[in-house]
Amino acid sequence: MTDLAHLTIHQAGALLGQRAISSVELTQAVLERILAVDNEVKAYLTLSPEWALAQAAEADRRRAAGEGHPLLGIPLAIKDVICVEGLPTTCGSRILSDYVPPFSATAVEKLQAAGAVILGKTNTDEFAMGSSTENSAYFATRNPWDLDRVPGGSSGGSAAAVAAGMALGALGSDTGGSVRQPAALCGVVGLKPTYGRVSRWGLVAFASSLDQIGCLARSVADLALLLGTIAGHDPRDSTSAEMAVPDYAASLTGDVRGLRVGVPQEYLSAEMQPEVETAVRAAIDTLAKLGAEVVEVSLPHTDYALPAYYLIAPAEASANLARYDGVRYGLSELDAPGQSLWDGYGKTRGAGFGPEVKRRIMLGTYALSAGYHEAYYLKASRVRTLIRRDFDRALEACDVLVTPTTPTTAFRLGERLDDPLQMYLADTFTLALSLAGLCGLSLPCGFDGQGLPIGLQVMGGAFDEAMVLRVAHAYEQATRWALYPVLAPRPLQRAEAQNRRVRTGERAEGIETQ
Amino acid sequence: MKLSLAQVEHVASLARLALTEREVELFREQLSSILDYAERLHDLDTDAIPITATVLPLEAIVRADRVQPSLLLQDVLSDAPAVEQNCFRVPPVFEGEA
Repeated sequence: MTDLAHLTIHQAGALLGQRAISSVELTQAVLERILAVDNEVKAYLTLSPEWALAQAAEADRRRAAGEGHPLLGIPLAIKDVICVEGLPTTCGSRILSDYVPPFSATAVEKLQAAGAVILGKTNTDEFAMGSSTENSAYFATRNPWDLDRVPGGSSGGSAAAVAAGMALGALGSDTGGSVRQPAALCGVVGLKPTYGRVSRWGLVAFASSLDQIGCLARSVADLALLLGTIAGHDPRDSTSAEMAVPDYAASLTGDVRGLRVGVPQEYLSAEMQPEVETAVRAAIDTLAKLGAEVVEVSLPHTDYALPAYYLIAPAEASANLARYDGVRYGLSELDAPGQSLWDGYGKTRGAGFGPEVKRRIMLGTYALSAGYHEAYYLKASRVRTLIRRDFDRALEACDVLVTPTTPTTAFRLGERLDDPLQMYLADTFTLALSLAGLCGLSLPCGFDGQGLPIGLQVMGGAFDEAMVLRVAHAYEQATRWALYPVLAPRPLQRAEAQNRRVRTGERAEGIETQ
Repeated sequence: MKLSLAQVEHVASLARLALTEREVELFREQLSSILDYAERLHDLDTDAIPITATVLPLEAIVRADRVQPSLLLQDVLSDAPAVEQNCFRVPPVFEGEA
């Protein structure tokens, strides 16, 4: 019997198309996998099995009626910063522990229109602020390749779910690397589209000049399919681009002959785990053997991306998160007798936000405050221009740039929690691209000595996802990296499994500490 | 440069965040070291460089002012902590020190 839970979307789609399996069978297999392993991995914050099976049955009916979108009946996971009508959207935060959005994100609506099956909501660092998913207010997600290690973040729940056979694909969000970095650490593929490519309606805002919805999957062709489905202009998001969506599948030719692949020297000379450098250099050699022309390029302001990002993103976050005031939704401590409204705001936000979110609100508020605005926020915004110009210049000479996605493979749980700067360094290779607003993806390019996956980052120009996917696909076809971990399931006891089916119940207990 | 306790408390009040004493001390240390790290931006001469606030071309987005379907009132209010007469209920704004 085929292991349905570990199929790629395209493999499952082929079986569905031949009527060899039904979506209900496929969805059931993935739900069983979740029950078998998510007790250990903890990828899902909210699981919706009954609804998933109902959606699967509907997909089977649609197929019987003649529909055949490649996502019809495919079970997917959604990061919990993206709204799905009727399912809790917590953003990994206490302040939204009871929030149930009355609408769905445009990206989710598009997946649903195609017939995809939504399994549930995946864990995230609180408001997507973090690089390990340990900043979730509920629990840390663990890396399926080594349960003592982090899955990366902030889309760690989505990456772990895809890696462990608990979803065939997933949506995430990427502000400074939050799709690419966990994809690298979990050995899956993950794409951050160009700023403006995908509507952000229904994505809870973190840093509005940077945030973008992205996707995670087990093959580059699956990424192309997911992107083609969710991309496009949306009148409800004024930052979404009015540009036609190309046929991304058509770009997957397997041919990179004559393409110019740029290797930014600043990335390969940076401090990193030696095995990461070896694997990435080998990947570059592979692309050369496939006929690409490898060009050395320079992105001279690379070292300034991290300090610029950690002023700009918190500054924007401090403004965006001002909306959590205990009035319209979320935790509220406004009602205590004799308390001023002012004190009520402070209490609501002090109780509702976790340490990393508070840290970034403080940092951003400081960077925007009178007397410091020029020295910090505006200075960082000028440096951002220099970083954009670096990319413009490098991409004049090349079709794509390739680098490592992360300086190290997955680190141990807890290892960097007490040192924010060390944690921020996990994003050191992904931040610059986000500041420039361009597109990039991460795909597996090998393993370190401990069997942990290594990610290769392929970066491209604005709205040139087709080129990035083409190069990644050609590399993927020429190599054979196992795309999922062997995870010994510890099957739940039947009674325990019943309780775990909807994780919201469990969560509610865990957070009553006030 | 180390931030003073008063600076941290001032920022917390601007951000409407009630912090514990322990948090004030922790953020004083951590924000100071992050800001020290950010000082390296001042190695670059950016006097002649414009800012990037968005990577998009700066154009006002306009649309026709037409009535369109929107969320139902009951759905909008469904997540509110306190509702009265189809409105969000808030404590008095113009009383005491606000």
